[in-house]
Amino acid sequence: MATTRGFFGRRRESERDPRLPPGQYDVGAGWPVLTAEATPRVDADRWSITVDGLVDTPTTWTLRELRLLPPSVYAGDIHCVTTWSKLDTNFTGISFDTLLDAVGVRPEATFVVETSTTGYTTNLPLDDVRGGKAWIVWEHEGKPLTREHGGPVRMLVPHLYFWKSAKWIERITLLDHDEPGFWEVNGYHERGDPWREQRFDGD
Amino acid sequence: MSSASTGTEYAVPDDRPGGPNDRRGAAKWRDARVVEVAHPGDDAVVLRLAVPERVQHHPGQHYVVRLRAPDGYTAQRSYSVASAPGDDLVELFVERIEDGEVSGYLAEVVEPGDELEVRGPIGRWFVWSGGVPAIAIGGGSGVAPLVGMLRHAVDLGHPEDLRLAVSATTRARLPYADELEAAGARIALTREPGGGRLDASAIAGLVDPDLTVYLCGSARFTGAMETLLVDAGQPAKSIRVERFGPTG
Repeated sequence: MATTRGFFGRRRESERDPRLPPGQYDVGAGWPVLTAEATPRVDADRWSITVDGLVDTPTTWTLRELRLLPPSVYAGDIHCVTTWSKLDTNFTGISFDTLLDAVGVRPEATFVVETSTTGYTTNLPLDDVRGGKAWIVWEHEGKPLTREHGGPVRMLVPHLYFWKSAKWIERITLLDHDEPGFWEVNGYHERGDPWREQRFDGD
Repeated sequence: MSSASTGTEYAVPDDRPGGPNDRRGAAKWRDARVVEVAHPGDDAVVLRLAVPERVQHHPGQHYVVRLRAPDGYTAQRSYSVASAPGDDLVELFVERIEDGEVSGYLAEVVEPGDELEVRGPIGRWFVWSGGVPAIAIGGGSGVAPLVGMLRHAVDLGHPEDLRLAVSATTRARLPYADELEAAGARIALTREPGGGRLDASAIAGLVDPDLTVYLCGSARFTGAMETLLVDAGQPAKSIRVERFGPTG
């Protein structure tokens, strides 16, 4: 592709932070809010999460019950498909592995669908949410997760674009096939790996 | 900058796979030619582009613009389409963000005849293709995709299908103010004398639980409008939101 006349870019390649995937920029201390739906008010005391589908024991937990499980912190970077990245941030919750271990994954399970209170869904290969790659979180940098960022509780899958980390998560279903979610049927990529710039359908 | 009139027979493009406007092609990068550049105020630029092998958009969709430096460095941002599908050109409204790397370049450097790498149209959620009435609420630069919807409704001969309400600090900061005014949009100018705002009573006059609401603007604006809409009886699930984050 040709260069753009008169464009030199503010950030030179040599100065570019190696933590930034291609096409991303560092949003700094900010954290943009991008949501396709009205922001729901979810009561933390009445909230619960269910893991079901191809598991031995479908199980529902309240937030109080999750807090009794071994905590886990993610400290690192997050990347939004709209090209911002937030570097060196942290979230507290539990590893999703803890819930998978509790329900018992059936061998035929290969995909998951995350579902939010709003009806928002997003799909992922099971291997993208196990083995220390995914969290259920309720704190960001030591404070309760705010409504607009998915509070009281959201999914966190930081190695993929952030639409794969469903806000207001309430159900995760294991499947033996792929079921495209909300953005995946609305023009976005099936997997969303920021290091491969898998932004849209066909990338 | 008005869109080309295509008469009332204009229909939404056939975008089935294999059809003339198969949207699978939308992800492809193309070199668009800048045909017109307008600067409606200090903080905005309107680009009108000729896009080769163009895939017809639905009002509400966006394009990605990618800038490429001589050393290969690239920066890309998304901008809503403000033109109707029937327009020969694709019109992008770009708000100039303070310190914005991409919007600053587009506002200061780009001239007619330049080429820009673009891909699109993108997004299948925040779209309205006419034929059914809808409610559209925009704040500041968030009116841009709604103007695309309005122009399409005009092309279809049914501008009344869109119930429009828009808000900005001043008239000078309301994109497409004349066009919105002519269309009968409810206009709130929060920092003009007597300008008012989109308050509970204004929103109560707009709602209809049977219609879809298209709401576009900053996180703060859309958050406030959502609350008013839901309080006025609009079902949360009928509200489609496009939030503009601080992406420069």
